[in-house]
Amino acid sequence: MNVISTPVGQSVSRIDGIAKVTGQAKYAAEPHPPGMLYGVVVNSPIARGRIDTVHDAAARQVPGVVEIMTHLNRPHTALFEKAYMDGLGVPGAPYRPLHDGEIHFNGQPVAVVLAETFEAAREAAMLVRVDYERWPHNADFKVSLHQKYMPSKTRSNYVPPRPRGDAARAYALSTVQVEGRYHLAPEHHNPMEMHATTVIIEDDGAFTVWDKTQGPQAVQAYLAGALALSKARLRVRNPYVGGAFGSGLRAVYNVFLATLAAKMLKRPVRVTLTRPQMFTHVFRPEAIMDIALGASRDGTLQSMIVEGVTDTSRFEHNMENIVIWGLINYRCPNATADYKVAPRDTYTSSDMRAPGAATGVNLLEMAIDEMAYACTMDPLAFRLHNYSDTDAMHDMPLTSKALREAMAQGARHFGWQRRSMPPGSMRDGRELIGWGMATGIWDAMFSPTSARARLGQDGRLHIATAASDIGTGTYTILAQTAAEAFGMPLDRIDVELGDSTLPQCPTEGGSWTAASAGAAVWLACLSLRRKLIDMLARSKNAPPWVKQDTVTLEGGILHDVTENGPVSLSLPDALSLAGYDALEAEETAKPGLRGKISQMRKARFTHSAVFCEVRVDAELGTVRVTRLVNAVAAGRILNPKTAASQIRGAMVMATGMALHEESLMDERVGRFMNHNFAEYHIPTHADIPDMDVLFVNEHDDEVSPLGVKGVGEIGMCGTAAAIANAIFHATGRRHRNLPITPGA
Amino acid sequence: MRHFAYSRPATFDEACHNAGHTRFLAGGTNLIDLMKSDVERPAHVIDIGSLPMHHIEDQPDGGLRLGALVTNADTAAHPLVVERYPLLASAILAGASPQIRNMATNGGNLNQRTRCHYFYDPAMACNKRSPGTGCAARGGRNRIMAVLGTSDACIATFPSDMCIALAALNATVNLHGPDGERTVGVRDYHCLPGETPWRDNILQPGEIVTAIDLPPAPFGPHHTYLKVRDRLSFAFAIVSVAVGLCMKDGRIGRGSIALGGMGTKPWCVPEAEALLDDRPPSHSLFRDVAGRLLHGATADRDNAAKIRLAPRVIERALWQAVSGTPQSQTDKTIR
Repeated sequence: MNVISTPVGQSVSRIDGIAKVTGQAKYAAEPHPPGMLYGVVVNSPIARGRIDTVHDAAARQVPGVVEIMTHLNRPHTALFEKAYMDGLGVPGAPYRPLHDGEIHFNGQPVAVVLAETFEAAREAAMLVRVDYERWPHNADFKVSLHQKYMPSKTRSNYVPPRPRGDAARAYALSTVQVEGRYHLAPEHHNPMEMHATTVIIEDDGAFTVWDKTQGPQAVQAYLAGALALSKARLRVRNPYVGGAFGSGLRAVYNVFLATLAAKMLKRPVRVTLTRPQMFTHVFRPEAIMDIALGASRDGTLQSMIVEGVTDTSRFEHNMENIVIWGLINYRCPNATADYKVAPRDTYTSSDMRAPGAATGVNLLEMAIDEMAYACTMDPLAFRLHNYSDTDAMHDMPLTSKALREAMAQGARHFGWQRRSMPPGSMRDGRELIGWGMATGIWDAMFSPTSARARLGQDGRLHIATAASDIGTGTYTILAQTAAEAFGMPLDRIDVELGDSTLPQCPTEGGSWTAASAGAAVWLACLSLRRKLIDMLARSKNAPPWVKQDTVTLEGGILHDVTENGPVSLSLPDALSLAGYDALEAEETAKPGLRGKISQMRKARFTHSAVFCEVRVDAELGTVRVTRLVNAVAAGRILNPKTAASQIRGAMVMATGMALHEESLMDERVGRFMNHNFAEYHIPTHADIPDMDVLFVNEHDDEVSPLGVKGVGEIGMCGTAAAIANAIFHATGRRHRNLPITPGA
Repeated sequence: MRHFAYSRPATFDEACHNAGHTRFLAGGTNLIDLMKSDVERPAHVIDIGSLPMHHIEDQPDGGLRLGALVTNADTAAHPLVVERYPLLASAILAGASPQIRNMATNGGNLNQRTRCHYFYDPAMACNKRSPGTGCAARGGRNRIMAVLGTSDACIATFPSDMCIALAALNATVNLHGPDGERTVGVRDYHCLPGETPWRDNILQPGEIVTAIDLPPAPFGPHHTYLKVRDRLSFAFAIVSVAVGLCMKDGRIGRGSIALGGMGTKPWCVPEAEALLDDRPPSHSLFRDVAGRLLHGATADRDNAAKIRLAPRVIERALWQAVSGTPQSQTDKTIR
């Protein structure tokens, strides 16, 4: 038979590719219900104060304007702040759009103009004038550092650092010391697709909300709470998402405002944000890390002291795991870390691709490189010398850690052994060549998830779960998983995602979707297959050879596997004979008893080793990244093609982190000023070399049911540091601030 | 959207005689963006696309006339431009993206407005956008702002790449206005902000750029356009330098040099150029030229790096021109 019997692990092109490139894939701003109103948001130009007067008379004169919604005329919303809490678990008092006249951050929505056309709404929005009473604010991170604190209630996923030994004493006694303050500029997620919501009112009055989000069920729960709506009459859909990188983890104000307006006006509403408005909500926090490393002359780490601060808003305590990674990943007898947040009058910072680790791993790996040089050791040899086979912070074994293999394979592929150690020692004409490396680490997470598998009379297998494919390839890997579990050709599988009415799935993020939704689909398909054969075997019409242990399902056909074969039966025939039009099964993947014990006793991480070549003009200091190699140990790779694309995408983003991306805060007004793609620089093609991604063989049955670890974030971790370290190797100059820009 | 009148006149007379708040529309790559951002609010948009300015013509003196409506892309690819003015072609290709160059016109390039963050954001004070409101760029996030030719009222950088090459080439701008035609040297076309930063250039109401005249360029291979920016493509200059040198027997006869990304207009200093007259190339000479070009440069909060970086870029560009190895705009290695 000419069928791939093991679709999992094949480089399958994305099954939603045709729909995307032909415009059939529908995004949040694309449904167009009859009678739809266009909403345009008016934002505050001040950081803190109170709305005095809203002058909307001129705006209301614009033909086509239906309503201008402000805190003064909005309909009833939930009374208590608690009702606005979302699934991300950030402690504090969530921002409530249009709740009252108080301004908490620059860019805060103060009005929504609703009109029959987008053009009318936009014109009127430009005519809305608001008088403010201005209050003093602070948007300067350097100033907020003086007010840093540890929230009394920590964020649910926060991992407190666990000290070991006596780090201060060991540092003082270390013969080699490296100490410095490292800094990361704030960044905005900037997915291609701007945040948008279209609210459709169904015939029975129920709302269908198309939203750009990473979690349709989380948005459904948020809207139900915040707007006091019945969950049963609220469906949230996001079948396609044009990138998100974390900006869609929390409900963005457009979904609240669009739904509130639809409730107020009883008409369908669409609200889309502009690119400048994409700089008025979540961003990766600005961060500093004070790092002190002590080592003995032979390059053995003796002490690690990491103190980190990230910014948060004045009303919520966003926290990230930035200080723990070195404590986990390096064998170092004395280590301590401290973490605090610094409040400023902005919107709350939030998770952006590899939250915490993108900041903490990259900054630490820059310090590790400094230490390797202080010990006159090759940076790769230094890391191998201080390699930990366990989670050194929790003193726990790991389900797997093929980082050593990743280092070896990456180094071999890159040609690391040909590197000359002294900075500035490799040159080609006017260009200094630098080779740098770093390692990456990220959590391998698994969350309980449900999925449904349904076999129809048309002989197609339909898979459904409320997961979101934010452009990563989730549709494709779930189809591959179903194909293998059920025994079905890929082209006879349909995958339905992005709908709050589908079986429960956590918000997409943290690289857990492949492991979690994949396991749920696997179980649902096995269950359906068992059910089909059972039903068939019980039916008096079935051929006598159909019994649970004598039948296989391969290529979408039932076969007799006994010596009496070959006999086979098509799936539609099997359904008819069993007396069904369709059969379905729903299963939930969650850690069983063994899984729970494993989660308590073993830590689980993805690892990587990144190698980079830069060329730096010796006189001008301009940097070109000319080679990037990333060797990734991420357990089982479901689809090498989409997985490598994920890693490459993250490496591009990390190149931006190293060299380009910075949201420029004007502290005087609390506003990010470079709020467009002309001035917020993400890498262009010219900035990105060929990137080689290697997947290291890592068999890990324990990390998750399918042995999958996930690959969404790991490409961020280490890549920016590898670039910074390569710049040092080229020039002999250390840069401790990212991004490293011309003239820095 | 704000309502505005739109017309597409067929003659210069029709186009030039319009009262009130008018804006001429050519490629639209700047004006339309500014209208969407609520920075430009014209009452009347006059589409000049039908006016006869679509050609590049050979001139009797060996120069070229570039029609104002020829696109940047077509100009950079024109065989006579490539043959006689590779410096201009190079500068054009250093700017924007292929998509923008396909739409943007030569006249429009002269008239493009600054990329100052504060100019683009109507929530912020800007004397160039809203006279008398102040300059929020001063003391603000001004890494990209000008260090030369600034005033208390404005530190906005002039953004073009093409115009820097035009300044080095000593081009002439042809204008057609209500009172007839006139010409002005490109170096005198743009205005310093002074107390009137809302005036980008010397255009009078109703005046249209019809063509750019290029005098014969005697530089041979001794030219370059060297641009340093925040990423390797599709970014405005932090520092850029256009240079043309007349070389004879290893000596510089005379030189022409203009800076981009540094000034409130294309930055030329005749005294700096005069230093090159009849001199052999040397590091000390080029350092002096750079020093003279940058004389009076003043940093604000974030842009001191430009002043540190510029001398090195100027010197490098001069060496590229001397050695006849102009900077490639596709291979990003700096020569």
